[in-house]
Amino acid sequence: MAKMHVSTTVNGEPTEFLCEPQQTILDVLRDELRLTGSKEGCSTGDCGACSVTMDGRLVCSCLVLGAEAEGHEIETIEGMADGDTLHPLQQKFLERAALQCGICTPGFLIAAKSLLERNPNPSETEVRYWLAGNLCRCTGYDKIIRAVLECAADMRGASA
Amino acid sequence: MNALTYESPGSLDEAVKMLAVANGDAKLLAGGTDLLVQLRMGMIQPKLIIDIKKIPELSGIKEENGGYRVGASVSGAVVGEHAGMVGAWPGVVEALELIGSTQIQGRATMGGNLCNGSPAADAVPAMIAADALCTIVGPNGRREAKVEDIITGPGKTSLANGEIVIDFFFPARPANSGDAYLRFIPRTEMDIAVVGAGVSLTLDDAGVCTAARVALGAVAPTQLVLEDGAAALIGSKLDGAAMEKLDAAARAACRPITDKRGTIEYRIKVAGVLARRAAKIAQQRAEG
Repeated sequence: MAKMHVSTTVNGEPTEFLCEPQQTILDVLRDELRLTGSKEGCSTGDCGACSVTMDGRLVCSCLVLGAEAEGHEIETIEGMADGDTLHPLQQKFLERAALQCGICTPGFLIAAKSLLERNPNPSETEVRYWLAGNLCRCTGYDKIIRAVLECAADMRGASA
Repeated sequence: MNALTYESPGSLDEAVKMLAVANGDAKLLAGGTDLLVQLRMGMIQPKLIIDIKKIPELSGIKEENGGYRVGASVSGAVVGEHAGMVGAWPGVVEALELIGSTQIQGRATMGGNLCNGSPAADAVPAMIAADALCTIVGPNGRREAKVEDIITGPGKTSLANGEIVIDFFFPARPANSGDAYLRFIPRTEMDIAVVGAGVSLTLDDAGVCTAARVALGAVAPTQLVLEDGAAALIGSKLDGAAMEKLDAAARAACRPITDKRGTIEYRIKVAGVLARRAAKIAQQRAEG
């Protein structure tokens, strides 16, 4: 089976790659495009470590085939900072120590960013439900939730 | 390992032809949240994956005769953002929003939830309670079926070889109608139903129930349609006696198994409770 040629956009950059039909976009990001920020945890859509957005919609990249990316826009953790300037969520996660080992962190950041884009003023319950598909086995949930809420408040203040 | 091919046809005709030629060696890909897991686990070894998301008939939500036609490849998240569906069928929408995580809901579809054939599929009891129809296209043409007639056992459906579910139709709602879906799981999120209960009903101006449908999930090899449960509600104002009858009908219908999520006895008890609670929520929504 010949490899498939796929044209897509990754973090705003037109990107082309070759992939096997069974390769996921997570495999492609990590192994072909060398964007290793998205992590492989469970590979069954349970842990959220591989979270990316596709056309602005939060998805598990382990449950999307590379071939399905044709013509779509993928955003990964590598596109979150603006050059050397961290996204406010990244900055807040650092300040509030909302991470320990760091494996789940890219997924949490992508998922939290997706939430705040839709709902700039989420309640704690809304944050917890939105992030229910992101698992942290160091169990830093409380710090993560607080960081997201605090960042949301800061961002609302900045845009007011 | 046999070579896998991926195709993403742009028309229904092409997809039907590909499926026919593959003669059982093809799998349809919509959201992929079940398919890709089954593929990775080696539970299935298809030679061809047919991505159905580029087929126009399977995409989007259209208003039709006061009801809504939802494409089989539309994700739960998109349905949840559709004001018309949220307004008319909040029970169906809340069922879709219980499937997996935010990430899963961004991909998972009604069509996949149905055709995967799980007895515990969350959207299915809600769709059955809604009396939803699905359109099926295959080598012998087009037919319509009730959603309740599709799943025939765990992982099994009544679809013939080569048939594709292309959309779902949710009929227009009479005034004073409401629906609800409740699921019990041992935790708050991210689990599979121990019991699911969907209720849809219509009230008259005096608050008397004139039409009802009740469906249960995860308590038998297929979803159950509770005719006795619906009969218990019709003609009542969902008073105590009607609720007792509904509870009894739900318990009597259950044929569950014991597994790590719950015992037979527990599932039967919870089925009665959820049916009652879902009926009350549907009633409140119908009263608007």
